[in-house]
Amino acid sequence: MTRRVFLDGVDPWVNWSWLSSHVPTVLADLEQHVVLTVIAVIGGLVIALPLGVAAYRWTGLRLPTLGTFGVFYTIPSLALFALLVPYTGISGVTAEIALIGYNVLILLRNVIVGLDEVPNDVLDAADGMGYRPLARLLRVELPLALPAIIAGVRVATVSTIGIVTIAWVIGLGGLGELILQGYIESFHTPLVVGSALCVALALTADLGLAVVKRLAVPWARPA
Amino acid sequence: MDFLHRVFIWLADPAHWHGSDGIPTRLGEHLHLSLEAVAIGALIALPIGITLGHYGRFGNLAISVSNLGRALPSYGILVTAFQILGLGDAPIILALTALAIPPMVTNSYVGLREVNPDLKDAARGMGYRELAQVLRIELPLAVPLIMAGIRTSAVQVVATATLAAAIAGGGLGRYIIDGFAQQDYVKLFAGAVLVGVLALVTEGSLSLVERLLVPRGIRLQKARPASRATAFKTA
Repeated sequence: MTRRVFLDGVDPWVNWSWLSSHVPTVLADLEQHVVLTVIAVIGGLVIALPLGVAAYRWTGLRLPTLGTFGVFYTIPSLALFALLVPYTGISGVTAEIALIGYNVLILLRNVIVGLDEVPNDVLDAADGMGYRPLARLLRVELPLALPAIIAGVRVATVSTIGIVTIAWVIGLGGLGELILQGYIESFHTPLVVGSALCVALALTADLGLAVVKRLAVPWARPA
Repeated sequence: MDFLHRVFIWLADPAHWHGSDGIPTRLGEHLHLSLEAVAIGALIALPIGITLGHYGRFGNLAISVSNLGRALPSYGILVTAFQILGLGDAPIILALTALAIPPMVTNSYVGLREVNPDLKDAARGMGYRELAQVLRIELPLAVPLIMAGIRTSAVQVVATATLAAAIAGGGLGRYIIDGFAQQDYVKLFAGAVLVGVLALVTEGSLSLVERLLVPRGIRLQKARPASRATAFKTA
């Protein structure tokens, strides 16, 4: 059994000269990672918003939709990729079907919870002011549900950034490609750079979305 | 249908049911890695979450540990552990344990924090000492969320254990990683079915345990703990 030395002099955790000569590769992987994540989160929202509104209106829809996506969510990403590959091939579509499916569950829950928590008094007041159902939904209920929805987007985004590191399995690159290189070549630099960028990207996205929430929901700011 | 038929034949083939690459061996490895990681994780996470929740201290820490855990790339953690500890089960269990801890800390913290303060006062008034109050009042009330945290962790650990195969480990992920490498779509699909079923069975059986452990008196609470538990997916 080969044991590796924790900090051997031969291979430091970050070899800066390798890094400085590989900036374009690293940036390309980072960009691919961001693209895969953004599509997955927006795709998730596009499905979860209407579905969430529908499940909020017709409570009978909740169990089947949450149940279906719950089962989907439980299946590990590597297995889901493998189940889809014979049908959708080694492609971005395969990865996005899985990632979007996962995000739908997180977002769907939060859309429903957010809409459920709009106080009845507010709905009565809106009705009294003559809002029609669609206008009430768009201008009263959804804005009030926004904090919960954005909280869901934060969780979905951070989770997706982590899961995308497995996308190398179906040849999609991303930061997982750097981690893979670190593994194959037993070379620490790409492994550390790939993992660190992944964590940094997740924390930046989380912080960025927290700022978006502050701007989008000014009334929820503590005075 | 032809493809699924071949997958079925692969799964039914007796040659795939014994030997070091047989389904029982791989399933055993998968369960062994997962159980060990969840058990070690629970021994570390639950006392921390329960203590923080009981005293109501460091709430931000207890909550943000889940956010941070979610941000950790499981594949990166596995490869890093592999570079430090080399081949074998140790790096896999180390990485899986690290991923198992956050949801258990957060959910047990929230579970204890949410115990009605009036009940704690009543317990004090009835002469309960602090330890008895935690063990006999707060913990039973927090069981739904604590169990939901254990379930969330366990399902994620089982999912992430699939990736052990990517760092030369065993487990059912072996079929998927090898299937990809050999472009053997039948093996790939069969492995994915096994992993998917294992994840769903884990989720289902722990939900059942959760239901059995919840004291009857609080089963009537309106919000299902399963839907209140922190969502956590790392693989």
